[in-house]
Amino acid sequence: MNEFVAPPIDWAAVSPVLVVLAAGVLGVLLEAFVPARARRATQLTLTLAALAGSLVAVGMLWDRVQENAVSVVGGSYLLTPFGLGVQAVIGVCALLGVLVVAERTTTGQDAFAPAAAAVPGTAYEDETRRAGLQQTEIYPLMLFATGGMLLFPATDDLIVMFVALEVLSLPLYVLCATARRRRLLSQEAAFKYFVLGAFASALFVFGIALVYGFAGTVRLQGVVQVLADPVTSPLGSMTALVVVGLLLVLSGLLFKIGAAPFHAWTPDVYQGAPTPITGFMAACTKAAAIGALVRVLFTLANGLDPATRHDVEVALWSVAILTMLVGTVAGAVQTDVKRMLAYSSIAHAGFLVVGLVGMDQVGSQAVLFYLLAYGLATIGAFAVVTLVREQTVSPGSSAETRVPTGEVPDDGVVLGEATRLAQWAGLGRKAPWLTAAFSLFLLSMAGIPLTAGFVAKFGVFSAAVEAGAWPLALLGVLASAVAVFFYVRVIVLMVLTPPTDHEAAGASAGQEPATGGTDGAPAPAGSGTATLTGAATRTLVSRTVVTVVGSRGPAAFAIAVCAVGVLLLGILPAGALDLVAQAAQFRP
Amino acid sequence: MEITNYLGLAAILFAIGATTVLLRRNAIVVFMGVELMLNATNLAFVTFARIHGDVTGQVLAFFVMVVAAAEVVVGLAIIITIFRSRRSASVDDVNLLNS
Repeated sequence: MNEFVAPPIDWAAVSPVLVVLAAGVLGVLLEAFVPARARRATQLTLTLAALAGSLVAVGMLWDRVQENAVSVVGGSYLLTPFGLGVQAVIGVCALLGVLVVAERTTTGQDAFAPAAAAVPGTAYEDETRRAGLQQTEIYPLMLFATGGMLLFPATDDLIVMFVALEVLSLPLYVLCATARRRRLLSQEAAFKYFVLGAFASALFVFGIALVYGFAGTVRLQGVVQVLADPVTSPLGSMTALVVVGLLLVLSGLLFKIGAAPFHAWTPDVYQGAPTPITGFMAACTKAAAIGALVRVLFTLANGLDPATRHDVEVALWSVAILTMLVGTVAGAVQTDVKRMLAYSSIAHAGFLVVGLVGMDQVGSQAVLFYLLAYGLATIGAFAVVTLVREQTVSPGSSAETRVPTGEVPDDGVVLGEATRLAQWAGLGRKAPWLTAAFSLFLLSMAGIPLTAGFVAKFGVFSAAVEAGAWPLALLGVLASAVAVFFYVRVIVLMVLTPPTDHEAAGASAGQEPATGGTDGAPAPAGSGTATLTGAATRTLVSRTVVTVVGSRGPAAFAIAVCAVGVLLLGILPAGALDLVAQAAQFRP
Repeated sequence: MEITNYLGLAAILFAIGATTVLLRRNAIVVFMGVELMLNATNLAFVTFARIHGDVTGQVLAFFVMVVAAAEVVVGLAIIITIFRSRRSASVDDVNLLNS
């Protein structure tokens, strides 16, 4: 019998992931042992501390990884400068995302159902609401998801990548189903995300099986060696295996990124999921999946012979073109702000893929900066969406008192988010700072100079040009120009359109589906128009105005940080670009 | 028996699973399709392990099994939540978001 020899493990290198996952496990235990009253504060402290600790660990590893990539247990965990850079981006975005999740606003309610297992519209659900229960499992779930994301781009082993993919996906499926309001939509989002996600990960793992069949190993370095020297593997001459396998693995990754033709889930899930979770997963999942894509694609494609590599490039080109097209064209006709942001995120996936076509360091560097710029703007934008709410108006109060000043009397109950774009008209008068921040995020997504988005887009397009893909860069610039149209349309709506335009909006609201009317709110109809006051049948709950709830701190802080970050990266990008250049090296 | 027959079987099972996911209406059946895809993958892993004469593929099959089990937990939970609030497990009924 062979004796088991424990492999030496470089714990310091694994620490960014380990801290987060350990805190997640601890969080589950806290859920059992800490009294209900103290649970939220404890969980929140633990989560923030773990994420901050992970960032510190990344910072401490930075110089060491610069000199030499760290490989733990033969590449099961592989820290290249690029992998570490992606981990840093994920850490920053997750920290900001958790702040938005923790926001309870001046209404004292967070965005999550008091008991997600309660059937919507039952007496039990009302009871959980009255009892003021809280679903603090949100925080451990977010930690597990973040842990998976941190591991995803930092491994050379495809099966570890698969496990990381599931560790990041499964908590996200659950989180999607936990919205406090519009619970049927939320559950539906979780269901769609789950079914399509499970399908994509099945494709992913079958791709791994084919790659394994080709090379006899799932280590990417090993596969590249077999590609260079086919006689070392019994099936080493069957390059078709590795190409099909690579394409299947890419499908799984492109699904997570939300690139066409694997984008179908994105709008529905982004719209249905609780908004803070949408922001979190939009920013962090994309960063993690792009990191893993770079790891797989850049390693394998550089080992393929030119003809096969050309085939993979053609696939990549098609995906990039299709994604930009779908994102911008469909984004331009959306009437729901969350759906619009979802399509904008699809378009951004396209721009990211444009930056990747060269499969070299210029590309990895550009993409890393893009992920940071996109992540900050996305989390900020979704955080703003969480604060713009609907509020009921009792029939007694007159509409005249609030329209001019934008002030809303306290007679109403604050409901869910006002996500129809028409409801955002005139927001600039109600909340100038919030509007300014949202406009800034949109301008950054559009790629206007002096924002982070401009530097980021410039980076990915010049990377594409340098790789000889100038038609792709040209298409990207055109798609950005179209995208500017729908971003600016929202800004014009918020700043220039007067808020009294709501009658037309109210008419269209009737077509909205019944949204699982929790909190006693059926589909909203009308927004602060005086026309409905006389209608006796449509009483208090059927009339809503749009209001902006105050933040209790966390979300306001997150929005401020995102706004400052977007501006700083746009005006003084030198420091960040230096860091990103250090993290461009994706080879071990 | 020729060992590549097992690979053929794995491919066929995978295709059946994928077709099930894409065509069937009942959420549970769709879910079974995903499981079939994962199990086809396991068969491929084990066959390739045999061809290569090492155990890596067999170990990987265990990983896939564990992940599939975790996926079942989350997936069934979500399907049951949907079923309890809508009294339906049909994929076609889940369409509120396509307004």
